[in-house]
Amino acid sequence: MALLSIKDLNVYYGVIHAIKGISFEVNEGEVIALIGANGAGKTTILHTITGLIPAKSGSIEFEVSGNNSEGQNKTTEMINLRKTPAHKIVTLGMAHVPEGRRIFQELSVLDNLNMGAYTRKDKNEIEETLAKIYKRFPRLEERKSQIAGTLSGGEQQMLAMGRALMSHPKIILMDEPSMGLSPILVEEIFDIIKEISKSGTTVLLVEQNAKKALSIANRAYVLETGNIVLEGDAKKLMNDESVKKAYLGE
Amino acid sequence: MKLVVNVIEQLINGLGAGSIYALIALGYSMVYGIAKMINFAHGDIIMVGAYALYVFVVLLNLPVVAAVILTIGLCAILGITVERIAYKPLRKAPPLAVLITAIGVSFFLQNAALLIFKSNPIPFKSIVNVNTIKIGSISIRGITAVILVVTFVSMILLTLFINKTKAGRAMRAVSEDKGAAQLMGINVNRTISMTFAIGSALAAIAGILFISQYQSLNPFMGGLPGIKAFVAAVLGGIGSVPGAMLGGVLLGIIESISKAYISSELSDAIVFGVLILVLLLKPSGLLGKNRIEKV
Repeated sequence: MALLSIKDLNVYYGVIHAIKGISFEVNEGEVIALIGANGAGKTTILHTITGLIPAKSGSIEFEVSGNNSEGQNKTTEMINLRKTPAHKIVTLGMAHVPEGRRIFQELSVLDNLNMGAYTRKDKNEIEETLAKIYKRFPRLEERKSQIAGTLSGGEQQMLAMGRALMSHPKIILMDEPSMGLSPILVEEIFDIIKEISKSGTTVLLVEQNAKKALSIANRAYVLETGNIVLEGDAKKLMNDESVKKAYLGE
Repeated sequence: MKLVVNVIEQLINGLGAGSIYALIALGYSMVYGIAKMINFAHGDIIMVGAYALYVFVVLLNLPVVAAVILTIGLCAILGITVERIAYKPLRKAPPLAVLITAIGVSFFLQNAALLIFKSNPIPFKSIVNVNTIKIGSISIRGITAVILVVTFVSMILLTLFINKTKAGRAMRAVSEDKGAAQLMGINVNRTISMTFAIGSALAAIAGILFISQYQSLNPFMGGLPGIKAFVAAVLGGIGSVPGAMLGGVLLGIIESISKAYISSELSDAIVFGVLILVLLLKPSGLLGKNRIEKV
């Protein structure tokens, strides 16, 4: 059973049919890339999954484990995210790094990170996660009391990722993490995504930088004006003639 | 020497009036920050607070402390109720529709008070009995001293709440980006309700202080202080909590100094003149946010 399973999803903006009956799956431990041109509907899909915009029809099922005492009698159930209020979704183990980062500009770096752990109760566990995040992003620790709006673009992206990781998610949705960053920073961000995946977090990645996205993904879906036109193994897609032509500039 | 004493006394009076404006302005500013709307019914919460206090103290003979707590609680609940019934259904409506609704709520509250208490002003004996304080040759009226202390304490508590508590930080997060706040797990509706409750509780405190000073109530008493507090909020930078405090205090001082030394008829004109001048020079208000977008 997939960790996240989307079936026949339809989303409208007014009369515009933005997502036209899309289905796809994300399995535990995978890195899945959604690639496609501007306006293909990539961001809309992520926003619909985390409840920022409503879907017209279809289902978004997310596997939630209610494990009794550490792995013993692990029970899992599928929860329909369409019926879950947006603010409850993070508590199920899903974090979303939105397009344009959307960090809280007026709060300090540390306050931003703490907002990521808003729904968590155990102070010691939160401290542990924070220590891990500081280890992964030493720049954030250096700047923890700085107002987030004064960070550079790359630092803001790291803060947005760190903030999402503070909820200790099972799956992390990332929307254009490389947007507006210099090539060196893009490398750094993709290395971090690989690390996040290695540490056991499932990744659903939306990217315009198709080459980089395919290079780290297991599987990918290619979107065109609200439809999935191609899907499959990321390495295979990289060698697909039509993908090369349309998205890799070869 | 006499002039100096007089000026200081006028400044203190201005600070007293300004404190009340600031308490009301905080409600306008916080609600604007969170819900991006001007709650024009906010001034009338002062009036409701004043009548509630009158009912509890005079008609029901409750002890003053109990009456004050009940008044503040009642106004907080009224604030939440108004938001739920009148504004929440309009979350996605154009701003003009929300503004007109707020004016409608204002009329509703005024006319409800008119229906229940009639239009005649009701005299009210102040619940504050503090003697005039003398510092050297400067004398401060007891009520003014109480207003200053109560306002100061309220503002400290509010600032601590906003900056140091989880709920306060959630409020700031929602005011900056509702969607991102939701992704953090913040219940946006509950945060909006909380903001209305806090704003209305502050208006209730302002109402209690207001009638303790002027000792009379009528159904339309919220109008003028409401508008002036709105001016104070804009002057300080609407959406900014320190801005509302600063705007309120400045407005009170400008008003009191103009009344004393220029002309009491012109004082309102001077107040609005200052507003126009500030907005010309700094359109976002004194402490308003000029957010710079970073790519």
